[in-house]
Amino acid sequence: MSEENDPMAEIRASFFIECEELLEALQDGLQTIDDGAADSETINVVFRAVHSIKGGAGAFGLEALVRFAHRFETVLDEVRAGRLTIDDEALKVFFQAADHVSDLVRICRDGADAPDAETAVLIGALDQFLGDTVPEEDAEEPEIEFAPMGLSLDLDLSDASDETEAACPDLDALPPPPDFGAPTGDTAYTITFIPQAEMFETGNEPALLLRNLSQMGDLKVTCDASTLPDLDKITPEVPHLSWTIHLQTDVEEAEIRSIFEFVEGLCVLEIARETGDGGSDGDTTDETPVSPIVDISSETVNTPPPARPPDPPQAPTAPKPAQAAAPNPAEPSQPARAATAPTAAKSVVRVDLDRIERLVNLVGELVINQAMLSQSLEQSGLSPHSDAMSGLEEFQRLTRDIQDSVMMIRAQPVKSLFQRMSRIVRESSAAVSKDVRLNVIGEGTEVDKTVIERLADPLTHMIRNAVDHGLETPEKRIAAGKPAQGQINLSAAHRSGRVVIEISDDGAGINRPRVLQIAIDKGLIPADAQLSDTEIDNLLFLPGFSTASVVSDLSGRGVGMDVVRTSIQALGGRITITSNPGEGSTFSISLPLTLAVLDGMVIKVAGETLVLPLNLVVETLTLSNQDVQMVRPGNQVIEVRSGFVPLFDLGASLGYREPLQNFDGAVVLLIAQEDESCTALLIDNILDQRQVVIKGLDDSFHRAPGIAAATILGDGQIALILDPSDMIANAGATALAPSPPLKTQGVSA
Amino acid sequence: MTETVLSANMELLTFRLAEQEYALDIMSVREIRGWTHATQLPHAPAYMKGVINLRGTVLPVMDLGLRLGLPPREENERNVIIVVKSEDVMTGLLVDAVSDIVAVTGEDLQPPPELSSGASEGVVSSLTLIDERMIRVLNLAATVGTIERTAA
Amino acid sequence: MSLEILAVDDSRTMRDMIRLALLPSGFTVHTADDGVHGIEVLEGIQPDAIITDINMPRMDGFGFIDAVREQDKHRGTPILVLTTEAAPELKKRARDAGATGWIVKPFDPEKLVKALQMVAG
Repeated sequence: MSEENDPMAEIRASFFIECEELLEALQDGLQTIDDGAADSETINVVFRAVHSIKGGAGAFGLEALVRFAHRFETVLDEVRAGRLTIDDEALKVFFQAADHVSDLVRICRDGADAPDAETAVLIGALDQFLGDTVPEEDAEEPEIEFAPMGLSLDLDLSDASDETEAACPDLDALPPPPDFGAPTGDTAYTITFIPQAEMFETGNEPALLLRNLSQMGDLKVTCDASTLPDLDKITPEVPHLSWTIHLQTDVEEAEIRSIFEFVEGLCVLEIARETGDGGSDGDTTDETPVSPIVDISSETVNTPPPARPPDPPQAPTAPKPAQAAAPNPAEPSQPARAATAPTAAKSVVRVDLDRIERLVNLVGELVINQAMLSQSLEQSGLSPHSDAMSGLEEFQRLTRDIQDSVMMIRAQPVKSLFQRMSRIVRESSAAVSKDVRLNVIGEGTEVDKTVIERLADPLTHMIRNAVDHGLETPEKRIAAGKPAQGQINLSAAHRSGRVVIEISDDGAGINRPRVLQIAIDKGLIPADAQLSDTEIDNLLFLPGFSTASVVSDLSGRGVGMDVVRTSIQALGGRITITSNPGEGSTFSISLPLTLAVLDGMVIKVAGETLVLPLNLVVETLTLSNQDVQMVRPGNQVIEVRSGFVPLFDLGASLGYREPLQNFDGAVVLLIAQEDESCTALLIDNILDQRQVVIKGLDDSFHRAPGIAAATILGDGQIALILDPSDMIANAGATALAPSPPLKTQGVSA
Repeated sequence: MTETVLSANMELLTFRLAEQEYALDIMSVREIRGWTHATQLPHAPAYMKGVINLRGTVLPVMDLGLRLGLPPREENERNVIIVVKSEDVMTGLLVDAVSDIVAVTGEDLQPPPELSSGASEGVVSSLTLIDERMIRVLNLAATVGTIERTAA
Repeated sequence: MSLEILAVDDSRTMRDMIRLALLPSGFTVHTADDGVHGIEVLEGIQPDAIITDINMPRMDGFGFIDAVREQDKHRGTPILVLTTEAAPELKKRARDAGATGWIVKPFDPEKLVKALQMVAG
């Protein structure tokens, strides 16, 4: 938090980050209400989120945001006060308003033009809930009325703040009046000031008021101590003094009053313009003969007015002001709310992402370095029991721990992403007049930050698809005996070292005859193609395929599922479809937890070293020729426990060599596919199992299907990391390898 | 679509490919390193030699001769990889041997005659003569293909 | 002369703003994230004045002022309430709870400094 060039800019940036957090809390709260799980604190959280956004926006002069947030807040306050009940209609508007706040925050941040028309429409919608309780212009006025005093004091205060000392303040010891020429003032006022008991309960200090007054002009103060009891009877909280003040000044009466703003109603205050010398036209009826004690111009001050509660001995037995001690029962958010309120802010450090990237890269280097060291130590022929080797083992463990910890830094819950999706559902369902409910599961699942960011577009597209194409119109749903409201489930979960995100709908399912027809019409497949259901479903991923015969506003944006699949694959992920006619479809995305490391199996194929994700390997087998059965030329299966598994020749598929003819001694890896079927991957041999650092390959590398990334091995050489499912799925499309219809022959028995 | 206007004075790194002389603006050259084994990329075009480890990053390496449509040559120890950067993409270019660094001025450079189409179309941005030898100055972006990619 | 201030607000932005407004005047600024945290921070310090927000999780501003005033050593400490509205009932409630005064957000840094100097000396 050191000095930057522009601290305001820094706070502004920090404000927008805070806004994102507040918007998330706002969404969460509304969602909780929507789920019917709200308690009394929920609305407070929602209210506070809007309130805090407004507060910060005000500080930065973000008018459009302040104006809208204020109106939203006003409505939420009605809910809080129990004057408004949230029904479905209200909740819908609240969600829209929350989305709009979110838009305005971004617009303000990016300096774009405020969408005034939209704001006006939503303010109109919000105002419906206010009825006539809130007049149009209630917002701005009071802020001026109660604005803090605008005196141009410029105090260089000396030490005068020892509050516990109950001595009469020596006004001369207080800072000198600022030099603003006040004493030349030509108006004389008589001010009567009689503090009441409550004034001390609020921590106001008469002496300071008098001092502040003294800075306005020429002051003569007389103190009436006539009601002062004997010292032993003094109750500290009860005022015993009153003052009569003569002030010669040129400031307005309103300004004098502003000095007493905080004590207004806590004292008798009369301010009267003096007509003549010493006289007054005010009716200071309470005035009693006063003895001058304090003269602002004099050096001495003698009697101590017990303006503040003195310290012990009285303190332990001092009566508590009853009023202050009693908790206010009317306030809904009193202390004991800790359980449901967001937990106290965890201690958080904000770190520049670049620094984390650097750390991640360094740890990656460390892992590679450690692998190289291991390799050379092993080759040096050291005994496995030597100190060096056991030290190396410890080094490996530590490296791995460091790596895991570093990856944790980048992990984030998918919640923010899912919240964006709930907005997509709201907006897209409204656009096509469908009633859709989004159910979110596992939003706390953590994934690498980059993965989350890069999932936003594909997920948005899929959600829109689900609303637009997946779900039927309410009429069709009712006709099919379903509830009019369609359901979309969005879930995230960790599954065997990967993250699986599923988007499912309870719509009509994929219309396979139609999909097939479109693919034939578009020349994507031959007219006589015989395809399994799964293969038909997968046609959706072909480039140039779009099921919508009428291009709607929503998903018909020239982006097809092929683009979705490409984006997912670029993240090292895979996407699959399952669909049941009449029951709906599920898209399942499987992603690596991190883009940085992988537990890999290092294999050798035709002299090339390759890496496979370890978690995909179900089993390894050594073949003999009789294990392999030919279905037709270039299309072989192996028998595994009375089932047939298609054999996939990796070396041939990658173009490293001709298809293998002699299988004796060859090694196969049984690879689990997303649809639970298996494929046998034919390789030469297995070298190692180890964690590898993933190095991305972008398109400039002419990345082939099935090549997910690369890594650097212990010997400094680069090995490619395979995505076998992708490779097998694409084997037909690339036409570079024999293309058996593998999937149709999965182990089903 | 020639590269940026050639400044009055520029330095060229010249190198040999199949007995011909080529050159690149030295500003785009990051380093020159000896030949090491490249990991082959399946199904990549023939001119893509593969990828090598350049201090922890994965560097794609292109056989520049094949890229320019020259006949394939035997690999030998004098082969070097010129590491270039074009539009933020690093690429290694495998060449037969590096010759020299020469300073030229804008007037020394002439536009190439219109070439017939082929693998090397558009990759030679200008020609110059140094010691009676013709040097072909390459348009790096066209050579490493960043232009095609960004347009795709 | 420098004052020691405790600022209690659940908004990081507001805490930063308050700090930024007060540091140039040589004030020492402590901050807390909500009422409960404020009470905790208060155990270790004796500020010349306290600034508090009203709407906060766990313990709001009213509850916080109550809790501060219950402590003998802070019974006389000036407390300014930061509020976006100066609705009279809010003002009254703040005062009933024992607030010394109020500052309307968005505040002008100069005015905040002056208001603090007025109530704290």
